[in-house]
Amino acid sequence: MTESVHKEMLRITDLHAFYGESHILHGINLNVGEGEVVTLLGRNGAGRTTILKSIVGLVGRRSGSITISGVETTRMATHRIAHLGIGYCPEERGIFSSLTVEENLLLPPVVQGGGMSLQEIYEMFPNLLERRSSMGTRLSGGEQQMLAMARILRTGAKLLLLDEITEGLAPVIVQTLGRLIGALKEKGFTIILVEQNFHFAADLADRHYVIDHGAIAEMITRDELASSMDKLNRYLGV
Amino acid sequence: MEISFQMVMSQVMLGLNNGVFYAILSLGLAVIFGLLNIVNFAHGALYMLGAYVALLGYTSIGPLLGMPDFHLSYWAALIVAPLVVGAFGIVIERTMLRRLYKFDHLYGLLLTFGLALIIQGVFTNFFNVSGDPYEAKPEILSGVVNLGFMMFPKYRLWVIVISLVVCFGTWYVIERTKLGSYLRAGTENPELVKAFGVNVPLMITLTYGYGVALAAFAGVLAAPIYSVSPVMGSEMIITVFAVVVIGGMGSIMGSIVTGLLLGMVEGFTKVVYAPASSTVIFLIMVIVLLVKPAGLFGKES
Repeated sequence: MTESVHKEMLRITDLHAFYGESHILHGINLNVGEGEVVTLLGRNGAGRTTILKSIVGLVGRRSGSITISGVETTRMATHRIAHLGIGYCPEERGIFSSLTVEENLLLPPVVQGGGMSLQEIYEMFPNLLERRSSMGTRLSGGEQQMLAMARILRTGAKLLLLDEITEGLAPVIVQTLGRLIGALKEKGFTIILVEQNFHFAADLADRHYVIDHGAIAEMITRDELASSMDKLNRYLGV
Repeated sequence: MEISFQMVMSQVMLGLNNGVFYAILSLGLAVIFGLLNIVNFAHGALYMLGAYVALLGYTSIGPLLGMPDFHLSYWAALIVAPLVVGAFGIVIERTMLRRLYKFDHLYGLLLTFGLALIIQGVFTNFFNVSGDPYEAKPEILSGVVNLGFMMFPKYRLWVIVISLVVCFGTWYVIERTKLGSYLRAGTENPELVKAFGVNVPLMITLTYGYGVALAAFAGVLAAPIYSVSPVMGSEMIITVFAVVVIGGMGSIMGSIVTGLLLGMVEGFTKVVYAPASSTVIFLIMVIVLLVKPAGLFGKES
């Protein structure tokens, strides 16, 4: 067991989630150790985004158990869950158009000590410094993605949930993001990536969960990746 | 009849005096609509409640508490009425409105409309519909000032100044401060703000409380000018909704500027063709709806 090396950060047990009448997740079990980078792979609509939303408490109806560092969260108010040290970067990026770049950066409350200062963030993302007084959605797609990442690095969150961060971005920006994720991993962040771009994910992740029809179809470690490509292609249709 | 500069200016000033009431009330509606997605039809009734807190605080609360000499002063009423009505608003939000956010706008509108009817009905039962005078206007605000082109009542000038301060102060807090950035973000995407760890439900409650406190503040300001009556709110609110429609629902600066301008347009119409002065705002509303349905400052969605 590779994950036993790590202290447990997140454990999901028998998670079911619903949107109105539709049953989206059918008994998800997964766990992520501290400092691990894990991806959720699968086709669109397989339920990967719903898993992330369930973790942060944005799915109205869910059952089962989600613990973060041992704390049960399924009955917590949504705004309390983030304070367990979670940073969420949604698929649509969620940059606020009525806030400036700097206001966007400063919006998420600090949830734990040890986050980056505004100055460190501007050193890491000089574009954001240059455009700090522009309105958030005036930035290019790549800059908006950097902003969406940067603002959760400020909060001291140790568990990052990143939904499709490479979607629709130029290869050079995807490379930059790849280096950023690598650097964050070095620093000990725990990261869950929902990814469409398999090559991006393969280089970074310790383990991959394959999600299919709202359930976990496979769990593949980095070592098994080469021998599992046929299986993966079948699930992802790549 | 010759229209003189003096006449125009004096009506425009009186119109501005009405305009600040439109501004402060439509501002409250805009703030509430932005975050709660509820068209607060109870706004007029809460404005009326504010005036009654001032009136009853001056005439009745002392004797009621066994202190016949106690009269809530005008200055105290300006603080107390918004607090009392704001607290009442918080109770309404916590116990009723909160249950409606997941449904269509229409339900919030119906609920607050029902509340307005109940509050107004209760007050009509106990108080004089034709109004009671509020006689606690402070000495220092009595009399007139010479504005050069006209003699203007000091009290009305005070109302204009303090209302502008409150309106632009509110605008400043919302558009330029950290607190305001939470409000703006919550208006755009409350779910994500919650996921970041901000207590959005509390923010919503306080926003509603602040919005209705503004209405009560306007009610106290209005008490010495208009007589205090159970129907003062329903008369005012119809015009205010027209202002909101013209300005664009949910725009902060839009609601302030539109309120002020339309008050002045109304005043100006009194000089040009007085019978049209009470309908000119609705005429403008029709034109704006035809040309720019989202309102002058509204964003097309």
